[in-house]
Amino acid sequence: MRTERAISGPAATWLKKRNRISTVEIAFWLTTLLPFVLFPSYLSLASQIAIAALFALSVDLVLGYAGIITLGHAMFFGLGAYAAAVLAKHGWGEPLTGLLAAALIAGVAGFVTSFIIVRVQHLALIMITLGLGLLTYELANSFSSITGGTDGLSVEIWPVLGIFDFDLWGYTAYGYALAALFIGVLAARRIVNSSFGLALTGIRENSARMPAIGSVYRVHLQKIYVISASMAGVAGALLAETTGTVSLDTLSFQRSADVVVMLILGGTGRLYGGIIGAIIFLVARDRLSDLNPQYWYFWIGLLLMAIVLVMPGGVLGGLARLFQRNAK
Amino acid sequence: MIGNLIVVLFDGFAFGMLLFVLSVGLSVTLGLMNFTNLAHCAFGMLGGYCVVVAMRSLDMPFLLALPLAFIIAALVSVAFERTIFRRLYRAGELNQVLLTIGLVFVAAASFAYFFGTGQQPIVLPDYLQGSVEIGTLRFGAYRIFLVVMALLIAGLLVVGLEHTRFGARIRAAVDNQRVAQGLGLDVDSIFAVTFALGSGLAGLGGALAIEIVGLDPSFGFHYLVYVLIVVAVGGLGSIGGSFVAAALLGIFDVTGKFFVPDIGAFLIYLFMVVLLFVRPLGLFGKR
Repeated sequence: MRTERAISGPAATWLKKRNRISTVEIAFWLTTLLPFVLFPSYLSLASQIAIAALFALSVDLVLGYAGIITLGHAMFFGLGAYAAAVLAKHGWGEPLTGLLAAALIAGVAGFVTSFIIVRVQHLALIMITLGLGLLTYELANSFSSITGGTDGLSVEIWPVLGIFDFDLWGYTAYGYALAALFIGVLAARRIVNSSFGLALTGIRENSARMPAIGSVYRVHLQKIYVISASMAGVAGALLAETTGTVSLDTLSFQRSADVVVMLILGGTGRLYGGIIGAIIFLVARDRLSDLNPQYWYFWIGLLLMAIVLVMPGGVLGGLARLFQRNAK
Repeated sequence: MIGNLIVVLFDGFAFGMLLFVLSVGLSVTLGLMNFTNLAHCAFGMLGGYCVVVAMRSLDMPFLLALPLAFIIAALVSVAFERTIFRRLYRAGELNQVLLTIGLVFVAAASFAYFFGTGQQPIVLPDYLQGSVEIGTLRFGAYRIFLVVMALLIAGLLVVGLEHTRFGARIRAAVDNQRVAQGLGLDVDSIFAVTFALGSGLAGLGGALAIEIVGLDPSFGFHYLVYVLIVVAVGGLGSIGGSFVAAALLGIFDVTGKFFVPDIGAFLIYLFMVVLLFVRPLGLFGKR
């Protein structure tokens, strides 16, 4: 049995210092409120961004912090979306409990698969995450009596807290998604700035040395995988509830790949990387929507290659290096 | 019924042989440099479009266009390897995956721009069309050609790897790169040549695939999953492993889609996940 001890001394002070909220963060969260007044016609896009950002944040926890490369995280996103939608289809359209159900179901799926995930590495890991994602997609396609198959489901969602109805303009949708994202970031922030978060970073940097210093690294990885899966499930449920529909596309490989692209674009292992990436990715796609999607991926591909070759660490990593250079 | 089963099994085997040609190069290069090259099928797609252009615009016969696909895919891939890929050999899997997936996106968009998003059919020469009757069973002539080609390539690869000096160098570099380097082998250029050969084979595979699965700009993505399954299940750097894995996958895929169309794809992914869980190194992987 492990006993929880209150940590004190320089290490605890250091962790506390990391956990302090900076003025940049406060300013960032204040700007997220701007769409309500400045761009009311883009509120549905803004809520899409908030949902994608929460999904990217969940991937950041496993990929950026714990170093588990996953190409199948849409599996949890889709499970969450279907959990909320199926619940609503059967007469319970209360949104907050829908989110909880999604977190629970995705978390259970994450717990079951985590036993496989922590035992493999390298190519086998990539292939297993990819395979599990494709498998869930095929499963959802086969059980069309529950999932609606290729047609998807469209559902009726009750007002949030019994007051805020999901309106056509997306005021409620954006407020709801933004609140969920905010809570998600707070939770993720608390996790990565704890001793558990530091253990995860240690595993990412050197998975052979962590067991040598007594870290139960598989248990750590399983924990963060379950947390991340639940968070992805919540993001999926948010999408289902704010749009009132869910389709197989929530489980697709495309979604798994897109979220990794967003995260890389913003920068991994930085909490806000996924959010910045989601903003850039989705705003750019909205602006370039006249383009054929085939050509849109030309630029995404080029951008990915450029980031890997010239700007490792994404936008935030690049900015951080710029500031460090100026500070010297 | 039995006759039906035999023909379906043979079709599956032929599809498996196609997958073998497409993926064996990736297996060897992954084993050699640990470079996760998700753009492998994009080179296959390049080979396919080479054949389309050669046959339509230059009026080349099919059998002459095939080596052309091999050569162009090999040359283009080695140009990429020398300029871009080699910077990432020590950069970690994530960066390799991202760079090569970016390349697949760019390739898909570029081919869509120049050729459109539609299928690109070709007209095969007469002797490859139709079917051959053996007893009461009818086998597709092209599928027989495909199996013969794949067996020939497998034979050449085994002879080349096991019985030539260059093959011995490749095996040494796959087994232990650092010791091979210490003994004075130029692993860098060995890898460049192997990479070119592997991508060339992918190009050939892409060309051979047109008649079986068609060719459109999503080819590089769609068949990537199949190729990765073959490589991961067969084990890195193992030609025999790739052969067995490709044959199994092809047979399972075709028979599964024929007899249980609803869950055929599901069974394949399940099989892969379970196998990789039990044997993370694949059937014949060594490390």
